Amino acid sequence: MSKEHEKYEAVIGLEIHAQMLTRSKAYSSDKNEYGAIPNTQVSPVTLAHPGTLPVFNRQLLDFAIKLGIACDCDIREVNEFARKNYFYGDLPKGYQITQDTTPICTGGKIVIEDIDGNPKEIALTRIHMEEDSGKSIHDQDPFNTLIDLNRAGVPLLEIVSEPDMINGTEAYNYLSEVRKLVRYLDICDGNMEEGSLRCDANISIKLKGDKKLGTKVEVKNMNSIRNVQRAIEYEIARQIECTESGEEIVHETRSFDAANGTTFSMRSKEDANDYRFFPEPDLQPVIIRENDIASIRKTMPKLPAELLDKYLNELGLSEYDAKIIVDSKSIALYFEELISHTKNYKGAANWLMGPVKGYLNELGIHISEFPISAQKIAELIALVDDDKVSNSVANQKIYPLLLKNPDKSPLDIAQENNWIQESNTAALGEFISAAIGKYPDKVEEYRNGKKGLMGLFMGEVMKLSKGKADPKLTSQLLRKELEG
Amino acid sequence: MKAPRSLKEVRSSLTAGDYNLIDLVRFYLDNIEQKSDLNAFLEVWKDEVLEQAEQVQSKIDAGTAGRLAGMVVGLKDNIVYKGHKVSASSKILEGFESLYSSTVTERLEAEDALFIGRLNCDEFAMGSSNENSAFGPVKNPHNPACVSGGSSGGSATAVAADMCLVSFGSDTGGSIRQPASFCGVVGLKPTYGRVSRHGLIAYASSMDQIGPFTHSVEDAALVLEVIAGKDNFDNTASTKVIDDYASFTPISNARIAVIEESLNSDGLDSEVKTAINTQIEKLRADGHTVEMVSFPYLDELVPCYNVLSNAEASSNLSRFDGMRYGYRSENAVDVPTTYSKSRTEGFGKEVKRRIMLGTFVLSTGYYDAYYSKAQKVRRLIQEKTDEILQDFDFILTPTSPHTAFKFGENSHDPVAMYLEDIYTVQANLAGIPGVSLPLYTHSNGMPFGLQLMANKFEEKKLLSFSKQIVG
Repeated sequence: MSKEHEKYEAVIGLEIHAQMLTRSKAYSSDKNEYGAIPNTQVSPVTLAHPGTLPVFNRQLLDFAIKLGIACDCDIREVNEFARKNYFYGDLPKGYQITQDTTPICTGGKIVIEDIDGNPKEIALTRIHMEEDSGKSIHDQDPFNTLIDLNRAGVPLLEIVSEPDMINGTEAYNYLSEVRKLVRYLDICDGNMEEGSLRCDANISIKLKGDKKLGTKVEVKNMNSIRNVQRAIEYEIARQIECTESGEEIVHETRSFDAANGTTFSMRSKEDANDYRFFPEPDLQPVIIRENDIASIRKTMPKLPAELLDKYLNELGLSEYDAKIIVDSKSIALYFEELISHTKNYKGAANWLMGPVKGYLNELGIHISEFPISAQKIAELIALVDDDKVSNSVANQKIYPLLLKNPDKSPLDIAQENNWIQESNTAALGEFISAAIGKYPDKVEEYRNGKKGLMGLFMGEVMKLSKGKADPKLTSQLLRKELEG
Repeated sequence: MKAPRSLKEVRSSLTAGDYNLIDLVRFYLDNIEQKSDLNAFLEVWKDEVLEQAEQVQSKIDAGTAGRLAGMVVGLKDNIVYKGHKVSASSKILEGFESLYSSTVTERLEAEDALFIGRLNCDEFAMGSSNENSAFGPVKNPHNPACVSGGSSGGSATAVAADMCLVSFGSDTGGSIRQPASFCGVVGLKPTYGRVSRHGLIAYASSMDQIGPFTHSVEDAALVLEVIAGKDNFDNTASTKVIDDYASFTPISNARIAVIEESLNSDGLDSEVKTAINTQIEKLRADGHTVEMVSFPYLDELVPCYNVLSNAEASSNLSRFDGMRYGYRSENAVDVPTTYSKSRTEGFGKEVKRRIMLGTFVLSTGYYDAYYSKAQKVRRLIQEKTDEILQDFDFILTPTSPHTAFKFGENSHDPVAMYLEDIYTVQANLAGIPGVSLPLYTHSNGMPFGLQLMANKFEEKKLLSFSKQIVG
């Protein structure tokens, strides 16, 4: 960063649109399903045929309340809807049903890590319910814009943050947290590439310590979390350069060009639509009572922050392991299941982080496709913990067979292959005496300080026991025998 | 055949064998043809209604017919009926056929009512004289030089001229009651939310309500029993249980409020005033209490109604854009001209005027001065109306200040035309039910009505008392 750049700081707020995984659309019974043949999920309501009326989908309300609880928001009792009016080919009614002055959630926060890894709270302005527009497809027909109305009316939650972020990394972390949260809550699949999670960024710069905010620029069309970070970093640099060279920053909407990592002007805010918001007369206000919130609270899953806290402070996992497990809901769920069958939490984390993830990565598959149940992995951990097999036998011999025969029990596999290790002290004693008796001169060398020879005796005992000697016990007994 | 005056009369004639249902339908079809210059019907579903008449006749014979068997019905051209054209009397819906039925038509059909055709109206229900239809004005059957009233002019004329027994209209600011008064029939606007709006082409969603035109109060009550009630397709339809509206209960010692200002307003015809005063005396003589009450917002009613209804209309009519259905301009070359040219060519003058006014009052910088203020005034009107109806059972006014006027008389002056609604918009703004009863004939030969309003969801009381007055 150049000297000029250090004079400035950025002010960043994000607006996220999350498509909800409700069964039907926000205001009609049309199916809400991604990827259907264009214009097949369109009833007269979606098509805005004359005389049709919106009917509110209560599932959207439940989802909004869930997110509100998870973000510690104030949840509004009387929820009114509003119309946002504008003309566009993929907006059949000529207005979008949204919430204007009475968003369902206000306040609340998302906790992220700042650039140094310290926790930082990002305050939320509001979360409100609305509907998506259809999709205009400009690149499939050389002469026409094609319109797919399957998406029209799909429920959205718009999550608006306060301008609390100061760099691209924080925006990256914030967006990752929000995505993690909606996935944990099972209300949105969080897929930015498919557009089920979309993000616009409002960015301005100011001199460090200045109270007055600079002119705000909105950046759109970033289809991955990484691109949001790139766009913000580019935009901050651009605004600083503009300011340094004496140019005015224009209040405008810019689009991100992922190919070269830059932004370009789409339209000035002067040309912005006057949306003529007014209360939606076709929908009665929806009332949320305390007990509605309480009953949803009861169905809330464990959230990432809670799990992280538990793994670090109750289970004593390393920060690295805990974070990776919590990062994905499905991995965390697998881990939760695993630790319901074993008390060896660290062992469980090691198994998950090592052999299990290794297998998933190697095949490029999801944990839901992993063949071995958490219970079987727990049994495997127990075999090691009970000194029935060594860690290396469990890892290198039983685990590969278990992957092929996930219905078998690890114990059966070990027994069938005669891998249950010898931990009978008397039997071990015989092997040890034999090993020591075979190399009297080496015993002498050992006693004179050549401790490296332990390996030789261990190897001999293993050979004699056909690999079944418990290594821990063997080394203990050997040491005792040699050192007298 | 003598034109029947009620469903009860139809049913007894059918039972007596005076005629069968097919004869009756043919009688109406002949009338429609003979009186086609009145321009009440936009489309007559002749073959279909004859076919259905046969089916319903056999149901009647078998004793399995529904409650409305024998009722021949016309639909205002803003109530959708599956598989049939509907246009809101606008060019912009040229060629459009509805893929679904309104809740009202479904409920009527389920009780074996017969639909004979769709009825002319002001374009998108915007007007008070039916002169705003893209398909020409509707004439008044009592004097073809006079308007039928609006916006449900075709519906009022069709019943008055015996082209069907019952018709349905919609009332946003008086569009059922005023033409009912002009044409001499009963016109009922139910409580807002009593009848589902699903399938009614929206004008002003917070005030629109479907209601019947009938000769008799009984028929109005009977059809209300059928069409009223909760509906999963309309969030604003009330879940309140419906009453047995057609089982009238005698009302004695009613307390009736007459809005003082309505009888002192400048535009009130003196014969209309006299008729109301005579009615008041008669009611008192019958033992009812009639008191003058002040309603200080009479002059605010129409401006408030205009701001709110135009604002909602500007948004409701955005969907007519030439994109998915209806009229698309041949001169459109791209997206913006598809919108601007289709809408410029497809909508009539009055509709465009209201869209522009509505867009204006919702715009940044004007919202507070117009839309917000009108909302506040509406609240005051509602509160004052509620206050009156806490003390009184009914509010009584003329339906309209005068009888049906001549064609062209008001059409040069939109403000004068808007004042046609002065007595009727109160019920829409307050959400209460109102009925126009065809009680009087003017020395000019034209009929005019009395308007009664009651508290929300008190249709049973309102209709019982109406029946008592009409006799």
